Amino acid sequence: MTLDDVLTSLFPSGHQVERGPSGTLHGTAKVGGHSKVTVVGIVGGTPLGVDAAILLAGHVLAAVEAGDRAPIVFVVDTSSQNMARRDELLGLNEYLAHLYKSLALAAAQGHPTVSVLFGHAAAGAFIATALASQSLVALPGAAPSVMDLPSISRVTKLPLEQLERLAKSTPIFAPGVKPLFAIGAVTQTWEGDQPFAARLKDLLRQAPAASDPRDRIGLERKGRLLAQKIAERVAAEAVAHA
Amino acid sequence: MSNRLQTYEASWYEASARDRVAGLLDADSFVEFLGPEQRAMSPHLAQFDLTGAFDDGIVVGRGRLDSQEVFVAAQEGRFLGGAFGEVHGAKLVGLLRAARDSAGPAGPRAVLLLLDTGGVRLQEANAGELAISEIIHAIVEVRSAGIPVLALVGGRAGAFGGGGIITACCSRIVASEHARVSVSGPEVIETNKGVEEFDSKDRALVWRVCGARTRYLTGGVDRYVKGSIPDFRKTAIALIAHAPPFELATLKAEQRRLSERLQRFGDCRDAPEIWRKAGLPESEHIAEITDDAFLAIQRIKGADHDAR
Amino acid sequence: MEQFQVHGAAKSRAGGHRRQAITGVNASGNLEVLVERTLQDHECQVDVATAVTGFRDIWEAVIQEFFARSSPGGLRFSINDGGARPDTVTLRLMQSVQLMEDKA
Repeated sequence: MTLDDVLTSLFPSGHQVERGPSGTLHGTAKVGGHSKVTVVGIVGGTPLGVDAAILLAGHVLAAVEAGDRAPIVFVVDTSSQNMARRDELLGLNEYLAHLYKSLALAAAQGHPTVSVLFGHAAAGAFIATALASQSLVALPGAAPSVMDLPSISRVTKLPLEQLERLAKSTPIFAPGVKPLFAIGAVTQTWEGDQPFAARLKDLLRQAPAASDPRDRIGLERKGRLLAQKIAERVAAEAVAHA
Repeated sequence: MSNRLQTYEASWYEASARDRVAGLLDADSFVEFLGPEQRAMSPHLAQFDLTGAFDDGIVVGRGRLDSQEVFVAAQEGRFLGGAFGEVHGAKLVGLLRAARDSAGPAGPRAVLLLLDTGGVRLQEANAGELAISEIIHAIVEVRSAGIPVLALVGGRAGAFGGGGIITACCSRIVASEHARVSVSGPEVIETNKGVEEFDSKDRALVWRVCGARTRYLTGGVDRYVKGSIPDFRKTAIALIAHAPPFELATLKAEQRRLSERLQRFGDCRDAPEIWRKAGLPESEHIAEITDDAFLAIQRIKGADHDAR
Repeated sequence: MEQFQVHGAAKSRAGGHRRQAITGVNASGNLEVLVERTLQDHECQVDVATAVTGFRDIWEAVIQEFFARSSPGGLRFSINDGGARPDTVTLRLMQSVQLMEDKA
């Protein structure tokens, strides 16, 4: 789907979303049931670097400052984090963390946050955009990953064929919506046959989970069988030793 | 159940995760949660013909720091690069949630994260990546409950990838000279962008770009310590009382300082360019001087902040 | 990957009161040893997990020699091996017994 297709399908009543520097998007839109939503984005397959991250965080913080609890929709078609000496020198980890914290603050202050992935997102960019919201929606064309299989093969020195074979029986490492849905990272997948606006309205209507539900979801979907139990066991021992 | 330290001045870099915890906290105060005898190990390594670790490479528990109750997590950087896997990550998530839920006068005074990680464990890439997000989410909750989260970095693996992002979500960051804090590893940048962009074999370059001295001078970490375990302990104790709250004012201040850094140094490609622009003395020798001489240098304007 | 157990008899119970100890790291050329006081006084056992296959005979010899030398009665040792040499294995096993024999 093109960006325009995505925006039109999400916001058929209209939007004022504009492209900014470094592949960013910013603006507002209307969703049924809300007077307005804030829209931010990184698009065009642009890697997420320090320049885009600080711009996006600024938009998010401005929305928080407005104090109207309007939802924030983050549309994502990025790449990985920007792989550049300059960005690392300047402290890319702080810029990505700052973006994540800004979204987390928004959610904590009552702004529902939804990431809508319609293209790529990998590694550090995946963490700071798609995974940083209360909900992650994958549209047709979404291609999330941690690392592509050929690179995993190179780093781990395991044959690519072996990785491809293993990926058929476990969702624990391979790229794609399906395994990331199974482990609880992707909240919902929306197919092209349904109007996205209605689904977005439904999603925003649901009260956000009191606590991060993704490990519970991963267990329910049988994609991540241990994470929730391990976290619970540690927490139980913490109470027992109090 | 900790190993005995060889000497009081034990090196953080040389020490195991367990030895760091034992040396950091008040003597004999550490109680481990889900210890190695419970064998909560990764089920995903055998299919890659890898053996595991009884604690999946992370030690979590509680203890006292200068008589104050704290929760602690320490990554073993020598086991699979200290990388986040499903169980490893879930142990830290559980610890953070326990801290959040016991916030109050009887709860922990701080959470100490002894990070030593190359990022996500590729054999469990999706679970590791999601765990990192769950950890950040939980750190935000702990901080919002009024409990500072301190990152202590000084081991072999540094704090890379998602580990670098986690570091910068903490209230305060302490690092020693050995530490590198970054997102993409130098080898990955070289593979993707070529040796001109980053010669990963140039160790001096690696430390100029992502090492603790650069981070400290630019405000990327909050305290720089010499590398002994007592140095980390002393600094952690001092920092607990000075952690910024997780709120809009803090993040707005961070927005300002990070924007300013870009404006002032956004066209720099190596650390000495930053030092020259900032008017720091010794700009050519910062990597070579002793820790004492380094600590005498005044940081760049704005580097000494509590906007994190 | 190989996993196997080596059983032995010890002349005497390992001293000390500690219930368990851990030493080493599963890293290249190294190994992690978890030791637990869970067996009868004259029994000892080592459970080995190693990614380096084909050396079971050497492991058995090294471990039996360790049993004879250290007499770790009552102790069960569990190993995650990262490709350690025999002398490193012996060193870690002996370190783990020393930890168990420390007065708590």
